[in-house]
Amino acid sequence: MTNILRRLMLFAALATIGMQASARAGQSIQPLQVDEIAPGIFVHIGVMELMTRDNEGAIANIGFVIGNDAVAVIDTGGSVREGKQLLASIRNLTEKPIRYVVNTHGHPDHIFGNAAFVDGGTIFVGNKNLPRGLATRAQFYLDGFRRTMGDELISEVSIIPPTELVDGELTLDLGGRSLLLRTWPVAHSDSDLTVLDPASGTLFGGDLVFLEHIPVVDGSIRGWLSTLDQLAKVPAQRVVPGHGPVSNWPAALADERRYLEKLAEDIRALIARGAPLAVAAQTAGASERSRWKLFDDYNARNATAVLSELEWE
Amino acid sequence: MARAIVRLLCLVTLVAATQLTPGLSSAATPEPYDPWPGLVQDLFNNRAMEDGAGLVAIDMPYRAEDAAIVPVTLRITLPAGDSRHVSAITLVVDQNPAPIAARFELGADSGISSISTRVRVNNYTDVHAVAELSDGRLYVVKTYVKASGGCSAPAAKNIDEAKNKIGQMRFRQFARTDAGLDNGAREAQIMIRHPNNSGLQMDQLTHLYIPAFFVNELRVWQDDKPLLSMEGGISISEDPNIRFTFVPKDAKRFRVEAKDTDGHLFQGEWPAETSAM
Repeated sequence: MTNILRRLMLFAALATIGMQASARAGQSIQPLQVDEIAPGIFVHIGVMELMTRDNEGAIANIGFVIGNDAVAVIDTGGSVREGKQLLASIRNLTEKPIRYVVNTHGHPDHIFGNAAFVDGGTIFVGNKNLPRGLATRAQFYLDGFRRTMGDELISEVSIIPPTELVDGELTLDLGGRSLLLRTWPVAHSDSDLTVLDPASGTLFGGDLVFLEHIPVVDGSIRGWLSTLDQLAKVPAQRVVPGHGPVSNWPAALADERRYLEKLAEDIRALIARGAPLAVAAQTAGASERSRWKLFDDYNARNATAVLSELEWE
Repeated sequence: MARAIVRLLCLVTLVAATQLTPGLSSAATPEPYDPWPGLVQDLFNNRAMEDGAGLVAIDMPYRAEDAAIVPVTLRITLPAGDSRHVSAITLVVDQNPAPIAARFELGADSGISSISTRVRVNNYTDVHAVAELSDGRLYVVKTYVKASGGCSAPAAKNIDEAKNKIGQMRFRQFARTDAGLDNGAREAQIMIRHPNNSGLQMDQLTHLYIPAFFVNELRVWQDDKPLLSMEGGISISEDPNIRFTFVPKDAKRFRVEAKDTDGHLFQGEWPAETSAM
């Protein structure tokens, strides 16, 4: 390699570092990359990683819907930084007011960006269980993610619980466009909520729907499996999953159903033969390993949660 | 009080010494504070402890999957010629806010050879098991676990269901078919539905801690003979789960009694199973 080439590479490396540093310092908020997946519906696809300082928590799919009069944001991302970038993307497209921020559930990668949308006029909407869930979990989340994401990103985060609570169904009007919100029994979590745009047949599934990213059980596997049949009946053409690519509906549920059924089946067999928790965590669901990303990060934890649920059947 | 002052003084001296030693304060990363010597003093009144290797063992994953539910097994491995028996084992999670996770007392002729439960782990920590033998001597073993946040981890994934089912009890019995257990040993598992709130889970909106509320006493009888008892702390996971291997004595039934910190009493009685489940 020539000296010149080496110097060029060094220069490029330094330039990259410099750009990252200035973005971190918040000198200018770069809009988040969003795709218009249907008229007026924009989605940012999160990276398939755990939340870190480097990815700024931007691991979940988040998006927004533009009506004639107003905008609704559906999940705000894993940091205020990401929330502000989403806001910048919206403002690149429209000056209409953001009437609603809808949270599909209470996990940090979906709600840590809420604070970017507090302007006095925006109404935060969520499952009736969400305020309680955030009350008991938020401090734990903030402490935990401070370790992996660092002080700078986490100190900006403030927990904004919903004030408009949904128990069953609720319609949000954006002017010439209505969104149908629906809550579900305890499944992925105890505060799951989906958003349907009937005009385009687009469903925001939140973390009730995982593709490619291993499903995470933080509610009830029995509840989740029994919810899937009802969920599949939602009249949509496509789904924006909580994690993974935008996909055809309801075919998108097949992989997740297979994983959850296999995990439940394995755990029930382990319980029946009296296998201890430590063994169950290492063996249940192993046949699914090659089919999912982040399997080693979540499968044993899922197995632990599922065993502590199903051993009471 | 006096003891606390002495300890404080020791700490001050230590810090001073560290700062006065050139090279030590700047270059070396200080070892994290080791609470164990203080715990030996406070919990065991500074009684002498011998190395328990070969007599007792702790099995615990090095890295916990879920810090709120970390499986732990205490095994008694007294050599065949040793005529003593283990009368009590104390499980200590050194870095937890209340380090004593549980103290188990073993019935004199229970033949208990292992006890498993699930604990919360709040920090990367040493975990000690201190066994008291029938001759009164103490033996200690330790292991190390990487986990964090287990004590403040949110309670119940399904809060409404947890509330409805508090106090529910299960008792399971298993035949032990492992190699080496040819003494007719059997295994029993006690499960109690209880949130076992640690008192360290904070309500973010009110900034108040959810009060500690946990199973602090559990007793198991084989007919009328004490088989196993546990004094539990906040480090025992939600829905306390105790599993143990023992040698049955032709008992007809098992009786379990548990109490929580609010004075609730939970009781159950089950016939002894003789064949494999």
